[in-house]
Amino acid sequence: MEFLLNRYRNLTVLLVVVAAQLLLIAYQVKTSKDVPLLRLWAVTAVTPVERILEVVRRNTWGFVEDYFVLINTRSQNDKLRKEVGQLKLDNQYLRTELSTADRARALSVFQSRAPSKTLAARIIGNGTGANSKVVFVDRGSGSGVEGGMAVVTPDGIVGKVVAAYPTASLVLLITDVNFGAGVISQKNRVHGTLKGQGHDGTVLVDYIQNEEKIEIGEWFYTSGDDRIFPKGFPVGQVTAVRSGRNLKEIYVTPSGFQGGLEEVLIVLESVHQPIPDVEISSPGIKLTAPPPESQENPASSQTSGMFTTDADRLKDQYKQVGEAQHHAYGQNPYTSTPPDFSKLPGLREAQPPAAVAVPKVKPAMDNPGPPPAPTPRPKPVAPLLITDPTDADPNEPVLAAPPRREPKLDEFGQPKQPRKP
Amino acid sequence: MNDYSERLLADSSRRKDKARFRPLILIVVPLIAVLFQVYVPRFFPFISYLELPLLITMHFALTRREPISSLLYGAAIGLVQDSLSNQKIGMYGIVKTLVGYFAASVGMRFDTENPILTFILGFFFYSFHQFFYWVLTRALLGQLVNFDLQQTLLFGVLNAAVALPLFRLLDKLKVTPHT
Repeated sequence: MEFLLNRYRNLTVLLVVVAAQLLLIAYQVKTSKDVPLLRLWAVTAVTPVERILEVVRRNTWGFVEDYFVLINTRSQNDKLRKEVGQLKLDNQYLRTELSTADRARALSVFQSRAPSKTLAARIIGNGTGANSKVVFVDRGSGSGVEGGMAVVTPDGIVGKVVAAYPTASLVLLITDVNFGAGVISQKNRVHGTLKGQGHDGTVLVDYIQNEEKIEIGEWFYTSGDDRIFPKGFPVGQVTAVRSGRNLKEIYVTPSGFQGGLEEVLIVLESVHQPIPDVEISSPGIKLTAPPPESQENPASSQTSGMFTTDADRLKDQYKQVGEAQHHAYGQNPYTSTPPDFSKLPGLREAQPPAAVAVPKVKPAMDNPGPPPAPTPRPKPVAPLLITDPTDADPNEPVLAAPPRREPKLDEFGQPKQPRKP
Repeated sequence: MNDYSERLLADSSRRKDKARFRPLILIVVPLIAVLFQVYVPRFFPFISYLELPLLITMHFALTRREPISSLLYGAAIGLVQDSLSNQKIGMYGIVKTLVGYFAASVGMRFDTENPILTFILGFFFYSFHQFFYWVLTRALLGQLVNFDLQQTLLFGVLNAAVALPLFRLLDKLKVTPHT
């Protein structure tokens, strides 16, 4: 035995070293645990040098730019970019909040919660894997970063923290083949799983049935199912959709990588956001704007509370009409005269819905000025959903009836019959 | 056996000519190579094809001509690479262990200062490195990663081309017997 080991010493050592590493891999795979000590040593040895290199690079290159090309522009640009990034996040949050139907609820929710708490970090290096897409950022566990935290930019998601070391963190990019995240389409709310492809161009959205409808150009957002990314962060736009055997092949261009990756935000405390709705334009149906608030008594709309709905405002208007005509709702005898609702405040001219059917179309002119060029308008197929003509957009041509005189009412509220000569 | 083949095959005296390096060089050079691989492709992504740690392992093994120290050196460099990746620790370690061992075995038989042989070995070991890493990724980790043969061969040629001047440079770091 000893003779054999001496004779094949090189081969024996080789086998021992390879076997030791195989056991190490087997241990990691079996227990799903890492070997943190080795990684810690390597990262602690490499990342400080990377930081120094990065500082030297920025300062030397920044020196040339600051003092020989454009003084102060670089610092201002950096500051503005940070501000724009933060404003984009705020803007997106506010837009999605305000687009919800229940505005009062949205406002109260907005007051009660704040957007996700993030930490700015700078990318200082790439990982060494041949096919992997990982980067190191200059924020580690010392800054509160933990494994599993989401990494985003104002334009979209970037990746997730897979390991946090004292001086740096390892971020797995969404383009890595091992990456996965729950996503949802904007239009039809179809759930899928985002997978990296191993290259920077596109990512794949998997596990979506062929029957589901996904369109090119449609946006995907994080669904929040993975418990890593908060719901509502943009992922990217669909660039290609193909039907597979059972599942669709959907390719998405990540929006988070726009303009290169230098600075990212690590989401320390995530807050789910609603998925913004798609604006759908219907050619034959027009929803009018909410009724105007009473000009005569602006305080009346706020009597019922801080927030008023369209129905509240209409109710106020009808109440004013009743009070003006000494009509007490719910307390009059059956034979009493109902109020004349044709004199609603803010109603400039009563226009019955029958006006839509008038063949001769005249655009309503609220503001005098040069008449617009006559443009042929298609006859609407569906009836216009105009509840109050005065609520319509003044710039929008409205199908109007020829002006007619208001009928005079008798003591019973019925139109008076003209006297025959 | 003609002159050229005699020149390719190292004679017995050269086989004993084992290169020596200062300990600091042995630590700093691979660290620079790993750092280069981590940092520089951020600004020049096309340079990510360059597998400098592999070339350093190769050079050490080919000049040292000692399988045990070469395989240990390769294993150490590979483990450092693994530590900076998101893969399981040991993947690069195993591959570079084998490269170190085989390169040292080749170094005992051939004159590795011949540029043509250096080029061929650079190409061969790069292709072996990538292929074996792919095999391990599929076999041990069960990851379905594609192996792009065309790209591997092209990058093998490029790495071999880089190996020629790099090996010349690294040769100057050797400790010569008379110094």
